[in-house]
Amino acid sequence: MLNIQYFASLREALGRSSETLALPADVSSVATLVVHLATSRGEPWDILLDVTQVLVAVNQTIVDRSHPLTGAEEIAFFPPMTGG
Amino acid sequence: MLSVQEADFDVAALYAQLRSAAGNAGAIVTFTGLVREFYESSEAGREPAVQRLVLEHYPGMTQKALMAIVDEACTRWDVLAWQVIHRVGSLEPGDQIVYVGIASTHRGDAFAAAEFIMDYLKTQAPFWKKQHTAAGSHWIESRSADETARARWEIR
Repeated sequence: MLNIQYFASLREALGRSSETLALPADVSSVATLVVHLATSRGEPWDILLDVTQVLVAVNQTIVDRSHPLTGAEEIAFFPPMTGG
Repeated sequence: MLSVQEADFDVAALYAQLRSAAGNAGAIVTFTGLVREFYESSEAGREPAVQRLVLEHYPGMTQKALMAIVDEACTRWDVLAWQVIHRVGSLEPGDQIVYVGIASTHRGDAFAAAEFIMDYLKTQAPFWKKQHTAAGSHWIESRSADETARARWEIR
């Protein structure tokens, strides 16, 4: 199962903080997961497509959207970080 | 010493710990960040002052991201001892929010390592600030100046 988490403004916009998802047949990477969520759920999930406003971490490390997924990852979506 | 915590911290006590842990250090640099009363657009006077700042983080990743930043600082500069504290939860203007302490043989390395850790922490560690004012609340947006500050440390 994919364990997906959402943080900060993205968590509020999507109305969800986490979910588990069996790897869909059309998903093999972060990019294809985002397309899957945006097309199967529609608004507001299409905001995940914005690569400048949505960062992605796989297993707690920030990755490019080309990063492969096998179905057992922890994935996190969040806006640019504003700590310090 | 790395800590992500809701509780406040005592810089004098931290300095004493760092000094005793640092052995033959010739320099100690400490940095403390405080919660401001105005952020971004509110600086133009369009919004009332911050009453409360709420810090959210990604618990599973925060320690890992901060350790990666500290490790990189320790490979670039002579760091004899270090401390990083970042607070989460609900804070008010004037509250301490972040602390970095570095002990080194010489001041140049101590200054550089502390500034490097702060610049990376602001854009690379999973913390997010939400400000609450009399007019409502909203998430603070990332500043391009913070990314510029981080990018200048990149090795070309």
